[in-house]
Amino acid sequence: MSTSNVELPAWIEVILIPVLNICLALFFAGLIIFAIGESPLEAVGIMLNGAFGYDEGVGYTLYYTTNFIFTGLAVAIAFHARLFNIGGEGQAYIGGLGVGLAFLLLDGYLPTVLLLPIGIIAAALFGAAWAFIPAWLQAYRGSHIVITTIMFNFIASAVMVYLLVNVLIKPGSMSPETREFSQSSWMPFMHEMLAVVGIDVTRTPLNLSFILALVCCLLVWIYIWKTRWGYALRTAGQSEAAAVYAGIKPKRIIIITMCISGALAGMVAVNEVMGVHHRVILNFTAGYGFTGIAVALMGRNHPVGIILASLLFGVLYQGGAELAFEMPKITREMVVAIQGLIILFSGALALMLRPAMVKIWLAIMPARAVAQHG
Amino acid sequence: MQSQKTQGEDRPLPPANDQLAIELRKICKRFGQVQANRNIDLQVQPGTIHGIVGENGAGKSTLMSILYGFYQADSGEILINGKPAKIKSSRDAIDSGIGMVHQHFMLVETFTVLENVLLGAEQSAMLDKSERNARDVLEHLSEEYQLSVPLDAITGELPVGQQQRTEILKALYRNAEILILDEPTGVLTPQEADQLFRVLQALKDRGVTIILITHKLREIMDITDNVSVLRLGEIVSTQRTADTSTAALAELMVGRKLETQSFEKVDNPDAENGIEVHNLTVKDDRGLTRIDNISFNVKRGEIVGIAGVAGNGQSTLLEVLAGIQSPGSGEFVINGHNVTPDTTISPKEMREIGVQHVPEDRLRLGLIKSFSAAESSVLGYQNRKKFNWRMFLNIRSIRAACKKLMQAFDVRPPDPKLKSSSFSGGNQQKLILARELEQSPSVLLVGQPTRGVDIGAIELIHQKIIEIRDANCAVLLVSVELDEIMTLSDRILVMFEGRIVGTMNGSDADKTTLGLMMANAMDNAA
Repeated sequence: MSTSNVELPAWIEVILIPVLNICLALFFAGLIIFAIGESPLEAVGIMLNGAFGYDEGVGYTLYYTTNFIFTGLAVAIAFHARLFNIGGEGQAYIGGLGVGLAFLLLDGYLPTVLLLPIGIIAAALFGAAWAFIPAWLQAYRGSHIVITTIMFNFIASAVMVYLLVNVLIKPGSMSPETREFSQSSWMPFMHEMLAVVGIDVTRTPLNLSFILALVCCLLVWIYIWKTRWGYALRTAGQSEAAAVYAGIKPKRIIIITMCISGALAGMVAVNEVMGVHHRVILNFTAGYGFTGIAVALMGRNHPVGIILASLLFGVLYQGGAELAFEMPKITREMVVAIQGLIILFSGALALMLRPAMVKIWLAIMPARAVAQHG
Repeated sequence: MQSQKTQGEDRPLPPANDQLAIELRKICKRFGQVQANRNIDLQVQPGTIHGIVGENGAGKSTLMSILYGFYQADSGEILINGKPAKIKSSRDAIDSGIGMVHQHFMLVETFTVLENVLLGAEQSAMLDKSERNARDVLEHLSEEYQLSVPLDAITGELPVGQQQRTEILKALYRNAEILILDEPTGVLTPQEADQLFRVLQALKDRGVTIILITHKLREIMDITDNVSVLRLGEIVSTQRTADTSTAALAELMVGRKLETQSFEKVDNPDAENGIEVHNLTVKDDRGLTRIDNISFNVKRGEIVGIAGVAGNGQSTLLEVLAGIQSPGSGEFVINGHNVTPDTTISPKEMREIGVQHVPEDRLRLGLIKSFSAAESSVLGYQNRKKFNWRMFLNIRSIRAACKKLMQAFDVRPPDPKLKSSSFSGGNQQKLILARELEQSPSVLLVGQPTRGVDIGAIELIHQKIIEIRDANCAVLLVSVELDEIMTLSDRILVMFEGRIVGTMNGSDADKTTLGLMMANAMDNAA
């Protein structure tokens, strides 16, 4: 109660406490692994080796990371305007629809240099459009954005099933997916690009979208903290009354921010549809949109934090898959439980250690004179 | 009390024959680098009213929060009625016989008075028996202390004075023998405050010990027996109220001598109008009339003060004139621009036509707590060319401009990179005032310019408002501090329930008349 208004130095807030949280989560995960009769240390070793030990593992880790960066950024930018966008999953899914429609129409006619930007823009536009509706409802009708974005995930899912089963399905096919796009629309794989400069790496799903994700991080950072639009966004997020006082229109901020957020979520389709599957398939979003909430939470809604958190989740996904493979006693569900522990400790219990840290910090700090202000 | 001898200044009073009601020994409390309380020794005699004064941030609230169990002291002892007490929560405090009336009431507005009093003190699962008991006790209490409150009225619908009495009843119902009141008169008319003081007197006569926290020195002089002054977390003086004066207390609070401010009043009937309001009526979202058909004008080079108890439409008036709310019906002309319900002017456009607004609620409207001072110093002007370079904010020019404002208005510490919330209320207010006055406004709307501002900063803020008036700006001042209204205003309007119920010239205004107007009791008094 009394510690929440004590300011701690940045390195404790953004590095030490998150790292301690992750260690705690790993400790409890270790207990679980120990309880089922496997060695926790060995398990950690397998996970880290699976994620970083060889080039294929690294490729997969970064491929997962890419998705988390997009959805994490989507949640984070909305959060700065005090909007809780839970609809990343649906926005990503509809982003895939955008890519699919664009390529089904155009992939036979245009060259790669045009197709790639068109695909990216289509993913962003469709994702944004899917976020625009809840945003508009929030701004002008007062429907709570948390509720509407959740609903829109279901609607997106239903719409996509319908379209893939009835409309967009490859003629004569049994599985609900579109035809494969022509190769000219594929996002270049990282192993292909590295091969061009003479580096030989194993084939993985990692593609150019990873670079796009990093660029998005930079752009989001600039937008939020370095432009007057970001200033307006943060003002509206901190105090709607202050925004109105300052001549900023909060309704417009809601709409613009949600559209950007939806566009970022839609980028998952660039990685998945343009980069990996080269067709629209059912449920290609695979929960990345929801994990993005945890990523943003862990990354403190800052692009740098989001990159780190995304990397952590990338490791958990890839290393976890490896773990389930190497240690038969540890099932896929076990790995999900471990991920859940990490989310629990670094998300929901993020502030659990803080009071203790404040006490320690105050005990170490020499008492200073009464500050001039107060 | 009778056995007490007058002591020299700055020394604690000797214990009386009876045990002390409260004794604090060497209480220390630190928040981060801020030593909020340092070695506080305080002795409160039973059955007295003990005043605690100090500037904002002097540590009054922290001290009382420690006593009421919201915070734990880092070190030191608390003795209640001579016995050491461990107060870890408000529950412990209540069990020790301490009751607190907070500045912001802790009442459930949709409950009845009876339900509020009972809340947390229910005796059984079913309420009816508790309610019957409580009703008997409360009726008895009301009578004994002249604390009449309608027990079955919905709390939120009662006037603030009655809500405050509900808080007092709550404490008494829990057998409080020691009552702490935090800034109790901030929301009351002078007449309501007098009523409160009569209640406190009655409580004292029946042996209740009262601690009164306030920054209004006149109240201290009127009602307390002893007074302690806090400055920068330390008690700098405890003495009998009869032995001191407002001037002496003010000096102790601030730590230096203060000049009494008085400004020349102006009256130039020929000046043109900066603001002209015709038959303005405004309703809120719920359809309640906030402003009821008012008309007035403010001339250039004139300060018009709006007096009134908080919540009588002054805030709405400021927001309407600043373009934040639209007028419901009627119209006004501001700096030559006509505003009607159909032709409104947005806050952004208001800034451009020379209407500047220093909002009442500086933490909610005036600045963003989590922004740096530099960022807050361009709030409302963030789109100006000089603060932008292409699509980017020009942080360097924003910081430079902020630094200049800070120097001109003596904002301390003059560090544009510091978070807005790290500044004291006074310095935040100086920054906001600086930001708006920098625009050389033709019309200035000012709300509560010195609320929660320490005495030192008040001088400067008043000085700057007078300066802008003398630069031929039309100033509309809204304040709940009558002293401030009377010091600054050339003309005073009194608002009550959305209407203007009285007008006075600043030069011949007196507190009693204004107080009666504020309560809309002129006719009754006459």
